[in-house]
Amino acid sequence: MTLWQIVIVASIACVVLKLAGYLVPAAVLTKPAPARISELVTVALLAALIAVQTLGSGHGITLDARVPAVLVAVVLFALRAPFIVVVIAAALVAAGLRALT
Amino acid sequence: MTAQVPAPDGGDGGDAEDTAAQDAAAQEAAARALDRVATREGIAVGVATAAYGLSFGALSVASGLTLWQTAFLSLVMFSGGSQFALIGVLAAGGVASGPSAIAGAALLGTRNGLYGIRTAPIVGRGWLRRIAAAWITIDESTAVALAQPTPRSSRRGFWVTGLIVFAGWNLTTFVGGLIGNTLGDTRAYGLDAAAAAAFVGLLWPRLKRRQALVVAVAAFVVATALTPVLAPGLPVLAAALVAVVVGWFDWAGPRAGAQRGTQPGTLPGTPTRGSGT
Repeated sequence: MTLWQIVIVASIACVVLKLAGYLVPAAVLTKPAPARISELVTVALLAALIAVQTLGSGHGITLDARVPAVLVAVVLFALRAPFIVVVIAAALVAAGLRALT
Repeated sequence: MTAQVPAPDGGDGGDAEDTAAQDAAAQEAAARALDRVATREGIAVGVATAAYGLSFGALSVASGLTLWQTAFLSLVMFSGGSQFALIGVLAAGGVASGPSAIAGAALLGTRNGLYGIRTAPIVGRGWLRRIAAAWITIDESTAVALAQPTPRSSRRGFWVTGLIVFAGWNLTTFVGGLIGNTLGDTRAYGLDAAAAAAFVGLLWPRLKRRQALVVAVAAFVVATALTPVLAPGLPVLAAALVAVVVGWFDWAGPRAGAQRGTQPGTLPGTPTRGSGT
């Protein structure tokens, strides 16, 4: 697949899912399982993406400047810092550590 | 002093007619006040999201997408979590991980479909309007809509938030992409760590329940353990299976008898405000 094909197919899939919500009967929501699983899948995917983005390097696991940067981000989110502030702080921590080493 | 509202029965009610007109005017004023609250909330959420778009744009071009591919995602996919997931997997695995990237983005996009079930009754009639509504059905528009007390203010909150976030997100992701293009070696600027921090920010508001926390930790461990074994992208999808299993059997859920089922405000399909698109 080319990058464009990936971008287009994934985008259309997301739009179709949104449209499906307007066609599905509301009775689906009276069953707790679909809503619960959907929310937990969101949580799992985000947690897994944190793992891969923080520790992954190609086909292996590496501990580098990303780890302290993400720990700083966790602390800042716990302190209710705004999203953009936390993201910039994480970038600065990683960039600073790399500049020093 | 009040607008002339014809009495429904056209009768000669006198005082009763005046009272009815005053009631109608008072109700209209109250409804407008609620509309203003909904509009204000929508603008506040929209502006907050715009800042977040800058980081997505920069990270997207850092992951290898062009500026126009980044803009296409924001225009069509228009869902921050899915967009971040797609570029996250592509950054790790390149074009070869395309199917996993698509699957990850689509899985994260399923919650927008669930939001649609709840917002469908409030957005108004007409198929064009409903397609437009579906397009902008995301965490923010749904959260603001469901937080309003009346159907009318819900509709106002939904459209104001959705349209402002749509405009702001497309503008700021494009600007972010332009900035990202000028940076060069993005690791030197810590952009890879910034992407990880962005995922933390998207996850954080969803960890209020014990079950969510358990799933998050398990998914983190599974994805880490499988990264050296599986092709890039697949560990993320494997971690999603954890959620399906836990959710299906409702392990580590709320204790039996305590609020099972669907209650407004506690429904798992309800987004958390300020949690990203």
